[in-house]
Parts: sequence; structure tokens; C-alpha cells
Amino acid sequence: MTSADLLQLGLYAVALLACVKPLGWYMARVYVGRVPGLEKALGPAEQLVYRLARVDRAAEMTWQRYAAALLGFSFVSVLAVYAVQRLQRVLPLNPEGRPAVSPDSSFNTAVSFATNTNWQGYGGESAMSYFTQMAALTVQNFLSAAAGMAVLVALIRGFARANSPTIGNFWVDLTRGTLYILLPLSLAFALVLTSQGVVQTLSPYQQVRLLEPAADADGNPVTTQAIAVGPAASQVAVKQLGTNGGGFFNANSAHPLENPTPLSNFLQCLAILLIPAALCWTFGEMVGDRRQGWALLAAMTVIFVAMLAVCVWAERRPNPAVAVSGVEQPGGNMEGKETRLGVANTALWATATTAASNGSVNGMHDSFTPLGGLVPLWLMQLGEVVFGGVGSGLYGMLVFAVVAVFLAGLMVGRTPEYLGKKVGAFEVKMASLVVLLPCAMVLVATAAGVLFEDGRKGTANPGPHGFSEILYAASSAANNNGSAFAGLSANTPFYNGLLGVAMLVGRFGVMVPVLALAGSLAARGKVPAGPGTLPTHGPLFVGLLVAVVVVVGALSFFPALALGPVVEHLAAGS
Amino acid sequence: MFAELRRSVVVLAVLTVLTGGLYPLVVTVIARAAFPRQAGGSMIVVDGQAVGSDLIGQPFTRPGYFWGRPSATSPVPYNAAASGGSNLGPTNPDLTRAVAERVEALRKADPDIGPIPADLVTASGSGLDPHVSPAAAEAQVRRVAKARGLPEGRVRELVARHTEGRQLGLLGEPRVNVLRLNRDLDTLNGEGRAP
Repeated sequence: MTSADLLQLGLYAVALLACVKPLGWYMARVYVGRVPGLEKALGPAEQLVYRLARVDRAAEMTWQRYAAALLGFSFVSVLAVYAVQRLQRVLPLNPEGRPAVSPDSSFNTAVSFATNTNWQGYGGESAMSYFTQMAALTVQNFLSAAAGMAVLVALIRGFARANSPTIGNFWVDLTRGTLYILLPLSLAFALVLTSQGVVQTLSPYQQVRLLEPAADADGNPVTTQAIAVGPAASQVAVKQLGTNGGGFFNANSAHPLENPTPLSNFLQCLAILLIPAALCWTFGEMVGDRRQGWALLAAMTVIFVAMLAVCVWAERRPNPAVAVSGVEQPGGNMEGKETRLGVANTALWATATTAASNGSVNGMHDSFTPLGGLVPLWLMQLGEVVFGGVGSGLYGMLVFAVVAVFLAGLMVGRTPEYLGKKVGAFEVKMASLVVLLPCAMVLVATAAGVLFEDGRKGTANPGPHGFSEILYAASSAANNNGSAFAGLSANTPFYNGLLGVAMLVGRFGVMVPVLALAGSLAARGKVPAGPGTLPTHGPLFVGLLVAVVVVVGALSFFPALALGPVVEHLAAGS
Repeated sequence: MFAELRRSVVVLAVLTVLTGGLYPLVVTVIARAAFPRQAGGSMIVVDGQAVGSDLIGQPFTRPGYFWGRPSATSPVPYNAAASGGSNLGPTNPDLTRAVAERVEALRKADPDIGPIPADLVTASGSGLDPHVSPAAAEAQVRRVAKARGLPEGRVRELVARHTEGRQLGLLGEPRVNVLRLNRDLDTLNGEGRAP
């Protein structure tokens, strides 16, 4: 690691932590209080939503009604995104004349964007019209993120309230999160990105004359280059802020028109973890004890820094496969990486995007060194609770906190408590479901990919790396990440179907038990802390929480990891 | 149940108009007013005709031009309508083969070429990388100068002029824009010969 690397990584950490308090405070105001300035500007839009949809904003929901609203809304979202893709040929804003997307790909993409996964079997610039990118995909970038935050806020209310039958109103949480958090941040961020060169236009693709005429594989002359453009900045801004990650272009944020400069890269990378980190403060604020938020943030930071160090170290080393006589690798492993960004920034991005459920990339993870690629793979398998997705990361971490106090309770033989709430059998059952369902889905989907010929023939690389490609795809889909070892040919009916199901299970198989947990906790009374209560804001608890997350991830996935990246690393002798 | 589904449809419709219609259009309008060049793709326009983008690389194979990063796009390299990397795994023998072929091509064009920086023989993530490292440009100075009949110092000076440092002195990596450099090489009127 060079001093320039350390400086950039350090600046990243400082900038991220500096935003936690102001943004976290603001978001708490959005959900429990008022935001007078913005409500003046956007209040009419909020009122319009409620009036047209006949939402009574004061009406509270039980957890069952909250979950039903969430599921119904997600179902309608999937249908809408599916329909737009199937009809895009006849819809407006299609200057390149893109035909309808195939049924299986449309299904996969619709599920992918409505579940905040943003796995992409398609290539943006070669498959989607501008209308589809804007009215279907950009919209879900906002709404799936706001839905994740809504579920988190409902869970926080479960901890904050006592003897309450209800946990909030889904429509109000969804609308306010979209209008007052994601929309203003995205608007400002999109303009900053454009200033750096991220393209934003409705013009058709640009044709330019090549300086040196080239020839295609058959020897025919090629004298022009078609440059794909489009309304990218508006989508890229929310793709990063909402931990969505679906690229406007196929190469995602490695594409120079999606991520043109080191500054745009720094800000996009910051945007990945911005809201997830700040939500820790929002949580502390809403449960009335800020130390609780800091403790969770500390646990996340510890795991993140350790994984980042491994990833940068691994990628900074020369790749023996590239060490052909005469080749020097001063920067490290450059295959699949961009010159302007370099190795350290690509390793940072890979770590952040999989710690969160973002899944955007600024370099190709498939070409990472075996250990460099293991880091993003395992971070996803941990359940993306290290910062994690907007909302989904923190509700996942809170579930791990429940598991941690339960384990501590078992050790000393006391009924566990967290934030003044007794953790009973129902809570532990729900927490177990949340932890185990995605793990099981990853392993089942990987097994299916390996067992069936349709799965095996999708791999692009031989040996253990081919297995890693399947394992990565399953881990990414079942944890709603969306990044890929992209050599895998995943735009087939087999993978579109399999991964579509994995995304649904990973999203709603987690959200529904989380809401059940919220409802059950809200109904409980508060118990005052006694001398036997485990304090959950100190270093002891932070250590316990980190250990629980790491041990669950290790026990579940080390056998699978050993067959993929670990054996590849050992075989390479690097 | 039906009331809740109707509510879903209406909320989705209204928020689609806001976030999928108004929002991108407002960004487009402001971006075009405030940053017209960037919003349009940072195109290089000569005599009213677009000849490239500052941000999108082009393929070069002649000895008199600097070569950029290898590009894995298909069906042709630097296909800016279908971006992407090679996705070759780190231990894939095809990666070693591809690197060896590229080294051989560089050696054929300049048998005395010195150490070859890895970025010159590994494919970029986008397949459209407009830059190479300063070391990768330096490794090609002799070949380009010889092919154009220019003194090496003249070419090296031009490379230096096109070398960008880290942004704000801190972010990213130093780099050279290959298309910009090659276009300027061509404008050294009366000096040397065509590539």
C-alpha cells in the first residue's frame, strides 16, 4: 500500500464519518418530525400522493398490514417494470429502436430492481431504451430504496415504542423517504456528477470518425465509432445513494461516461455508504440513546476496515499470470481496472459495494486476484450488514444484535434484553429466519447452478474460478447485492429464473420476519435495565456483535469458499 | 385487499411521474444549461464534426500512434455501444496467452522496447479506457518518434504536456489521454511524417 493509497482511503473514512451525524439527524427528522424547508417545496407533492391514493397519513398499521402493503406495492412494481420492458419498442424515448426485452430477462430485471438488487443480466446501452431506464429502472432505484428504509424505521419503532399494536404507516414512510431524503440528495449529486463529465442527454447515440480506421474480425473496414449516451447522471446518482447499483451502461461505473474522473469516483464511492452509515445515527436518535447507534457503527467499521485491508493488499500484488517476461506490474493487478482510478480505488469500491447491498462496480471483480475476489464474495455472504443496503443493512445488523444478546443470555443464564425489550422465543425465531434464509438460498442456488448442465455451461473461466462465478452469482442474488463475476453468462432462462427466485427470497424472506419482529417488540413493555443487563453500547458488546456476524458467515460459507477462491489461490502459488 | 392494491398502483404512478419523469428531465435541463459540454458526452468537435470524446478511447495499431489499453469489447475493440471487460479470471491461461501476444506485438513494433507497464497489456474494465499510465506512454515514445521521424525529445515533451496528475493533487492515478495525445501528434504540421 503506497502513501497515496493510504491518503485516499483515509480521506474516504473521514468524509464518511463526518456525514453520519448531520445526515443521520436529518433523516430522523424526516421520519418522526418535520423538515420545514423542504416541506414547503415538496409538501404539495407529498399531499398529492396521499390525496390521490386516499392515504390517511395519521392511520397507523399493525405489522401484518404494513407487510401486506409492502408486498402489494412490490408486486405492482415488478409488474410495471416487466410491462415497460416488454413494451419498450412502442413506447417513447427509444432513439436507438430497441426491441422488447425477452420475457425471462424482463422478469429477472423487474424482480432485480424492485428488490433493490439491481443484478443485471442485460447490457444497459445495448438492451434498454431511455424510457425504460428512466420510467422503470430509475423509479425503482428510488422506491426499492425507500421501501428498505421504511422497513428499518418500522423496526426501530418496534424498539422505541412500548405496548403499541402498530409500527407506523408504510405509505407515509415510503413517500417521505423518497421525497425528502433520496430525491433532493440525488438531484444535487446528479448535477455534481455531470460537472465531472457523466453524460445526461436525451439525444441519440453519437457517431464519430475514428482517427485511425480499424478493421473488424472479417477484415471489413471500420471507420466510425458509435458512442452510447443517455440520461445517465440522474440514474447514477440514485443508483449510488440508494445502494441500488444497476449501471446505466454495461460496464457500470468503470465506464468513463458513468464515472469519468477520480473525483466522481470518490463521491460515488462515498455515496454507496453515506445513507447506510448515517442511519446508525438516525437509529440512536429514534430510540433515544445515541450510544446504541455508535456501537453498531463501530462494529460495522471494524469489519469493513479489516476486509478493505485484505482486498487492497491482494490487488496491489502482481498477478503471476500476467508476469510474462518484460512486463512490470508496479500498480498491481490491472486486468479489468481503469487507469484513472487505479488499483486502490477499485479495491475500495469493491469492498464498499459488497459491504453495502449496492453492487455497482468500477472494475471487473471476475478478474480480481483469488483473495481480492474473496473479500466482496464473503462480505455479501455475511448478509450485507456491514453498513449494508439503505435500511436493509441496519435492520440486518439489528437482527444480529438480537442474536448476540440471545447468545450472551444463554451464556449467563438470563433472559436476554435489547434496548429495554425482553427477547423471547418469537423474536429469536424471527431473527433466525432472517439470518438463515439467505444463507440457505445462496447454497441451494449454488448447488443448482453446479448440478445442472444449463448452470455449468454459463461459466466463462475454467477450474475453481468457474465455481466461484456460480457461487458469486448466487451470493449476490440471495443477498440483493447485484454485483457479479461477470464472465458468467447469466442472461439465460435458467439463470434469469433461478436468480430471480433467489432475489425474491432474499428480499421478502427477510423483510417479513423483520416486520414480525418489529410488531412483536412494539407490543412489549419496556423493562428497566437491572444490574444483570448486558450494556449494548460498550466495546464488549461491539466485540460480541462482530464475532457473531463473522462466525455465522464463516461457519456457513467456508466449505464453499474453500472450493472456489481459496483453492484457486493455493493452486496459483501466489 | 383490493383497496390496498389500488393504493399501490396510484402511489407507484404518482411517484413514477415525479422520480422517473420530472426528476431526470429537470436534471437534463439544468445540466445542459450549466455543463453543456459534459452533459453531451464531452465530445471533441472539429469543423462541426464530432471526432471523438475526451472520455472514450479509440483503437490504435499503427506504430506512429500511441496505443491505449487493450479492449475486450466485441465485435470490435473500443465498441462504445457495448462496453465491458474481458472477465478473464486471474489464473486463466487465456489471460497469460493474451498478455504474451500483446507483449509480442509491442516487441515487433519496437524490438528494443524496455520494461512494459502492465496497463499496456491488460484489458480495461470498460473496454473504453481513454488513458494509459505515464510509464506506458514513455515505453512507446521511441517507437512513435522513429515512425514519425521526430526527435524523441519532441514527442516526450508532447507526452508531458498531456500527462494529468492526481485530481486535486490527491485522487486517482496519474494518466495520459491517448486520443488527445495522438490528435496533437497529427497537428505537428511540417514536423515528421504521417503515422
